Amino acid sequence: MTEPLLAVQHLGIAFPNNQVFKDLNFKIEQGDFLTVIGENGVGKTTLIRALLGLVKPSTGQIKYYPNRKAIKIGYVPQFRNLDQEYPLTVEDFVGLNIRGWLPWLTKAEHRQVQTAMAVTNVKKIKQRPLGMASGGEKQRAYLAQAIVQEPQLLILDESTASLDNEMKYELLDLVQNLNQTSNITVFFVTHDLPLAKKYATHYLALRPGQQQFGNMADMSVEQLKEATNV
Amino acid sequence: MFSLAFMQNAYLAGTFIAIICGTIGVFVIARNLSFLTHTLSEIGFAGAAFGIFMGWTALTGMLIFTVVSSVIVGQMSVKQSRREASISAISALFIGLGILFLSLSNQTSSYATSILFGSVIGIAHADVIRVAVLSGIVILVMLGLYRPLKFDSFDAIGARVSGLWTTGISVIFLVLVAMSVSVAAQIVGSLLIFILLTLPAAAARYFVHTVSKMIGLSIGFALIGVWLGLYLSYVTNLPVSFFIASIECLFYLAALGFQRLRVGS
Repeated sequence: MTEPLLAVQHLGIAFPNNQVFKDLNFKIEQGDFLTVIGENGVGKTTLIRALLGLVKPSTGQIKYYPNRKAIKIGYVPQFRNLDQEYPLTVEDFVGLNIRGWLPWLTKAEHRQVQTAMAVTNVKKIKQRPLGMASGGEKQRAYLAQAIVQEPQLLILDESTASLDNEMKYELLDLVQNLNQTSNITVFFVTHDLPLAKKYATHYLALRPGQQQFGNMADMSVEQLKEATNV
Repeated sequence: MFSLAFMQNAYLAGTFIAIICGTIGVFVIARNLSFLTHTLSEIGFAGAAFGIFMGWTALTGMLIFTVVSSVIVGQMSVKQSRREASISAISALFIGLGILFLSLSNQTSSYATSILFGSVIGIAHADVIRVAVLSGIVILVMLGLYRPLKFDSFDAIGARVSGLWTTGISVIFLVLVAMSVSVAAQIVGSLLIFILLTLPAAAARYFVHTVSKMIGLSIGFALIGVWLGLYLSYVTNLPVSFFIASIECLFYLAALGFQRLRVGS
């Protein structure tokens, strides 16, 4: 009963002096947990930008079902330079992503914020300035902000890179929970192959000019490593 | 003190300016635009000289200069790393032009310096109305744009990737800042505008941690500074800019002290 969410067909992206992809093909179905692995510079972040519509494909296309407008995307970027003095509380930060024209949040919108904070386990620290939160708490707050609009697709770009082992698994447990209970499709970019193996249902291994796509169940961590080796 | 018409006008105009500056300031600080604001007050001076040279009003010249230059800076400094240098370049150009027009216009420079430092005594009833209208416009635009502006200012990366119309928001915001600097500078001087646009908001963010509370507290700090400054100036016969600048500075230092007590850094 799975239905397609998006299909990448013959995608090519070229910058001046740099061809990132030539003929990239894969598809994501609703409820998938896709992990994208590959060395630095193979274009993982470029692929995300293309999915978000921030980079135009040079060739091929990215097709959303039924269309791009109908698909809400939540995104947790790799870098966010919020320093220690970043003033907003976790709650206010999460609420930033609620769209609309009213200056204040309606009751329903307020509930959305509370729900997002509850499922990402940041409700206890909602009054804390985000700048004073720990690395793991920050990532959870970013996750809460990304899901507050109830997206169908959640993109995580190296979100665990700055976390220690325990916090990584904590964060991914939350993501997996969202994936399974709310049927949010996950697109997870990482370097961490054991982590990818543990949580993902599908993988996309990128190498310059090459790709390998399939079910995670068919792959061991060693095979994943093989697939990304340059 | 309030029996004097000019003091009534000064208090009224000062109150409106404190409200505008306190509100906009929160976003100026969040967007790291303090330096641009400082520059805009100098550019406003150049614009006033240009306006006089052309035989227009000083306000027209200021509006043209500040709006044009802030939009140029906004376009040039999309990259954070380039921002400071491009602001310096644009301000150098405009200040140079200001000096040129001032010398060409054969006017005494006293008018231009009054733009820099303002003259509270000279505030007429018409000025008060002009500032009130400006506050109305600023508040309306801010209310209409509140959520996207908040998102873009406090989480630029998140806003951009979520497909928000960030360039447009940035330009509208810069135009608002430019308008506020121009109109308010006529009354309290462009140097003071810079103080009111940055320090109350910079102090407020250490005490409260939601955007709405920051706006409230920032307006509060600006109002206290303006009201107390006007009073002290009236009593002592010393420049009002000095008092307001000192009071706002105290707020900022107190905020840093508060932060140090709380987190030890």
